[in-house]
This record gives sequence, C-alpha cells and structure tokens, in this order.
Amino acid sequence: MSDFSLKTMMNKPERLAPGHRMCAGCGATIAVRAVLRALKEEDHAVIGNATGCLEVSSFMYPYTSWEDSYIHNAFENAGATLSGVETAYKVLKKRGKIPAEDTFKFITFGGDGGTYDIGFQSLSGAMERGHDMVYVCYDNGAYMNTGIQRSSATPMYADTTTTPVGKESAGKMQNRKDLASIIADHDVPYVAQTTLTQNFKDLHKKAEKSIYTEGAAFLNIMAPCPRGWRYETAEIMDICKLAVETCYWPLFEVDHGRWILSYEPKKKLPIEEFLRKQGRFKHLFKPGNEALIQEFQAEVDRRWEDLLFKCSREQ
Amino acid sequence: MAIKERMSGNEAVSYAIRQINPDVMPAFPITPSTEIPQMVSTYIANGEMDTEFIPVESEHSSMSATIGAEAAGARSLTATSSAGLALMWEELLLAASNRLPLVMALVNRTLSGPININCDHSDGMGARDTGWIQIYAENNQEAYDNFIQAYPIAEDERVHLPVMICQDGFITSHAVENMELLEDEKVRDFVGEYEPEEYLLNPGKPIAVGPYSVSNYAMEAKKNQEIALENSKEVILEVAERFGKMAGREYGLFEEYRTEDAEYIMLIMGSAAGTAKEAVDHLRDEGKKVGVMKLRVFRPFPAEEIAQALKNCKAVAIMDRCESYNGNGGPLGSEVTSALFRNKVMIETVNYIYGLAGRDFTVGDASGIFSDLEEMMVNGKEIEQYQYIRLRK
Repeated sequence: MSDFSLKTMMNKPERLAPGHRMCAGCGATIAVRAVLRALKEEDHAVIGNATGCLEVSSFMYPYTSWEDSYIHNAFENAGATLSGVETAYKVLKKRGKIPAEDTFKFITFGGDGGTYDIGFQSLSGAMERGHDMVYVCYDNGAYMNTGIQRSSATPMYADTTTTPVGKESAGKMQNRKDLASIIADHDVPYVAQTTLTQNFKDLHKKAEKSIYTEGAAFLNIMAPCPRGWRYETAEIMDICKLAVETCYWPLFEVDHGRWILSYEPKKKLPIEEFLRKQGRFKHLFKPGNEALIQEFQAEVDRRWEDLLFKCSREQ
Repeated sequence: MAIKERMSGNEAVSYAIRQINPDVMPAFPITPSTEIPQMVSTYIANGEMDTEFIPVESEHSSMSATIGAEAAGARSLTATSSAGLALMWEELLLAASNRLPLVMALVNRTLSGPININCDHSDGMGARDTGWIQIYAENNQEAYDNFIQAYPIAEDERVHLPVMICQDGFITSHAVENMELLEDEKVRDFVGEYEPEEYLLNPGKPIAVGPYSVSNYAMEAKKNQEIALENSKEVILEVAERFGKMAGREYGLFEEYRTEDAEYIMLIMGSAAGTAKEAVDHLRDEGKKVGVMKLRVFRPFPAEEIAQALKNCKAVAIMDRCESYNGNGGPLGSEVTSALFRNKVMIETVNYIYGLAGRDFTVGDASGIFSDLEEMMVNGKEIEQYQYIRLRK
C-alpha cells in the first residue's frame, strides 16, 4: 500500500474531467474522483456505471468526462455488465489480443437505487462469481436522479417524495438495509465502508485496496446529496464528519473475512448532531417527536454495538 | 469433405459454437435451450475449446454480460428461450442500439401463461422490434448453417447489429436428424478473426459506450440503426452466397418450394415448413398447383421481395405460430398483408394461427388449408380471414 499524502494525490492527473453536469456540493463526483486517484497512473481502467445522476451528467452525447474507457448499459445491471467486460479482458489477454504490458482494472459505480435495490441481483451474481472488479456504491440514500424517492438505503424517518412527511406520516417507516454486511456475507476478498473524510485517507486506502486486491470487491461510500438531504452545499464535509462521529456511518473493512474497525470516535456524538443539519429530518425536531429521535438513536446504537462485536470477535 | 453425422438441433448449434470458438459466453439455463450452455461447458471442460463461459444468475445478466463483453472487444454470444428472452427485453434493445455484433441462439418456446415448455414463436415475435436480425431454421441442418453465417453478418461494417439464430424448441432442438457438418478449419476460415475497430479494452484508444442523448441527437441515432438493418439484407445474401460456395447449400431471404406456377401458396416459418412441403408434394401428385414460401429472414422483413414472389398466385395462407393479441391477426399476417398492399399486390390472404404451445400441425392440416383456399377462390366459400387451426372446440 502506497504512502498517502493528500497533496501528492491531488497532483495526479484527474480521470474524471471537469465540465460534467453534476450539482455543486454533490458527494458522488467527490467520491468518484477519490476512487480513481487510487489507480496507478500507468494502469488502464474500464469504468462501468449504472443509470443515475452520475451517468446522465457525465456522459451526455457527444461529450464524456471519463478519461478511461467507460460503459453505461442500464439501471439494474452494472454488476453483470462489468463482469462481461472483465471476462473479455481475461480471454483477450489469454489469446494475446491485449499487449502483455497493458494492465486494465475494472471499477463500476452505482447509486444506492441501482445497487441496493434494482441492481442487487446483478451485483450479488457478480460478487459471487468472483470477477476481478470493484463495485463502488455511492450511497446518497434515495433515488435522487428521478427526484428523491425512497430506496432500501434510505434511513428511517427521512422525508422523501414517496415517503412524504404529513399528518399521518413521519417519513420512511423502515430502517436502511445494511448492504456492506450483506456483500461481506458473499465471502468476497474485500468489502469496505467509507465516506468523505477530512483528508480522504480512509477512502483512498480502501479504494486502493479494493482495486488491487485480486477478486471481487465492494466499496460502500456515503455520498451526500444536497437536493435530497437539503443541506447547504458548503457543509458536505461537516455532514460526513458528523455521520462518522455519531456512528451513523461507521468506517470499517472486511478483509478476507476479517472485520476491522477503521475509526472509533473518542466521544460518540448524539444522532441529533447529524440529523439537525438536514432538511429531510426537519420534522423530527418538532415538539412531540422526541421519541422518533430516540428510536433512531437506538437503532444507530444497536448497529454500532453489532459492528464492534464483529470487529472484536475477529481480532 | 463434409462430415456425415446425426445430431439434435441443440447439438448442432453447440458444435458450431465449438468450431467458431468465440471469446465469451454468458448463459442461464432455460428449457429447451439449456443443452446449449451445457454442451459448450462440456467442450470447455474437456479442452476442446477455450471460450470463457460465465454462469450468470439470470438471463437479464446473461444479455448484460454479453453486451459488456462484446463492447470490450470480445466475440460474444448467449443462448435462451421463452421467458429468458422476455427477461432480456430491455437489454435486447441496448445490444442493438449500441450496435454490438453479438449472437444469440434462440430455441423458440411459447411465453407464459399458462406456463408451457413447448414450441411456438411468441418469444421471438415478442422481440421482433428490438433491432435484432432474426433468422429462422426449418431443421437441424439449417440451424447449424445459419449459426455459422451469424457472425459474418453481424460484424460486417455495413451492419454492426446483433443476430438471433432461431430454431423450434424440441421439434428441432431435441429431435435427432442426419446432417452434414463442415470441417473445423473451413468454419474458422469462413467466420474469420474478430477485429473490432473500437472497443473498451483498446489500450491506446479509450471509448465511452451508452451515452445519454438529448433529442437533438437521439433521432439520428435511431435512423442510423434502421439504415443498418436495411443494409443487412444485402449482407445476409452475400454471406449466404459465400456460404453456398463453401458448403454447397443455398440460402436466401426465403425459400420458394414448388411455387413457380402455384395458384395457392402457404407462407410459413420454422419447422412446420417441412410439414407444409410434404402436403404440397401430395397435392402436386393430385395435380393441384400449390407451393410453400418458407420465410428464413424475418428481420429485416423482406417486404418487397415477398410481394413480388407472391404476386402471381391467387391466394396465400399466412401461417403464424404466435398469437399477438392485437385483435387483428398474427405478426406475419400483419406484416405480409402490409407488404402486399404497399406493393400493390392485391391477392387474397387468410391468416392462420397454428401450433401454439406445441400443438401439433400435420400434413392433413396443411392440405386442409390448401383446399380452403381453393374453395374460397373457385366456389366462393366464405373463409374466416383470421382463424385458428386444430383448436379444441
């Protein structure tokens, strides 16, 4: 694993060119650029992409922001599509049709809708078959491209356009699916959960490990969406920090079956700190809704304890 | 020298796949096409070919992975039937619109419901407007020969479209027939090396596949795709001619059987053409002027060629092995009558639906249809213009 210096990393040539149409303050492109910085400069890559904001904003005919080869197929099949590309690489190498000195890496990006929900089967299949690829989910917790509808990654009580808050509704009724854990149960060589931390070291290390570990790897990156979460665009890094410090979004990795906690807050902050900055949870702070926040906190605590147990068990 | 063999249709197609030895084959089991991925896997396991097989978790993923592999620069294919093809539907459109010359072995089976594993053409017909070239076979020999011609058609620079090689489930896929196989070297020379111009794994020239396209560009993309489909007609004929010289078997857009002076013609597709020919032989012995037009290429639809070939007959029975639920007839019924009208060939037609979900179609049925046509034309008998054959009353 290479030594990390944010300054050195930021001086590497960008592999996602500017000029794309993603929103200001969007977490997705920050995540993508950070993942791509983990590629060795001399290595080629084929980037896959599920339909979503990232796809429609970065490859609008006749322009593309992608410096590497790139394929978008449909919403629900980024895993399967890239598994075809990766297999093609294997056979063309075997048959001498790609020069021996050229190395390709395979990374596919999907939002939580394309990954947790409609593309879940395709992802599961690709992981189980063990293709040498990384599936990166940029998790912003709803179908943002179609206008903020709930997904199975949406946290409980979030106000979305299909779980609207109203007289009879406090937002989404269910807890979010823990996808990183589900993919870890596929027994793939490497799974990690991360987000945009202050110096990007955590994301960088995990991206590098996922790309250069042989076999299937899965990276779950919390990537806030200013439209869906309703925060001030400049506050994205603070929100990510609070997600980690409240243990809403723990940083961990599962390396060949071994659960490793990447960061433990010195003092776990109350969940209100994370919720308060986001318009989608505004209703939780109305008088009379204290119990809802308590319930949210209890679920965060339960999952955090579960993670600590998994990690301690494996040491 | 040609190799004499006895094989089922699935064996014949698998044998052709081994001979071509493509790069990547993702597939998922579904009756009656399951044997094809099984046989290919066995060839690979025994070191008789070195294609990379991907055992995907669904047909949707098999077409998705085939698209990924083909876009990456690998000669790719899959096989399926019925519900498997239906599950791929969105991906079929993407294979064609991304102009990927991949190939599918389709073993025709009815669509649910009720669930039934036997032959009709409702799967292939359901995919008729997805932008694929569709070629149908009467027997095992044709399934084999058509498969060998598939890549040269698909990969031609005037075409760059996916090709579906169709055969009738169980009737040809599982029935064993005598046939002639070609030598491996002959097949490999005929199909040639795949040398794509632009592909994802070209180290010197990255490309991007599958853009969002605004209205300013999307319509031209669709028209270009349509032009390619039109172009494919001459390419199909050129490839058939080259194949004929190599193998000694002739192919066209359709086959005309004893139609030169025919007053009544049955237009039919797939294995039932053999049944129709048998009926024609009997009726010819009785002095009836009857013939069969067997459609081989359904997409692109050879409308003008069909109209010209039918213009001298009195009446045509248009045989659909598919109900298309439009309230107006089967797919062939609609397309053939439209072709006749547009080319100002004003002959009588009757559209028959037969053989759904594996219902038998016999020589007697075919003879009965010819006498219906004659009764209609000679004695003015009223014939229902859109009717079912062998329906239990």
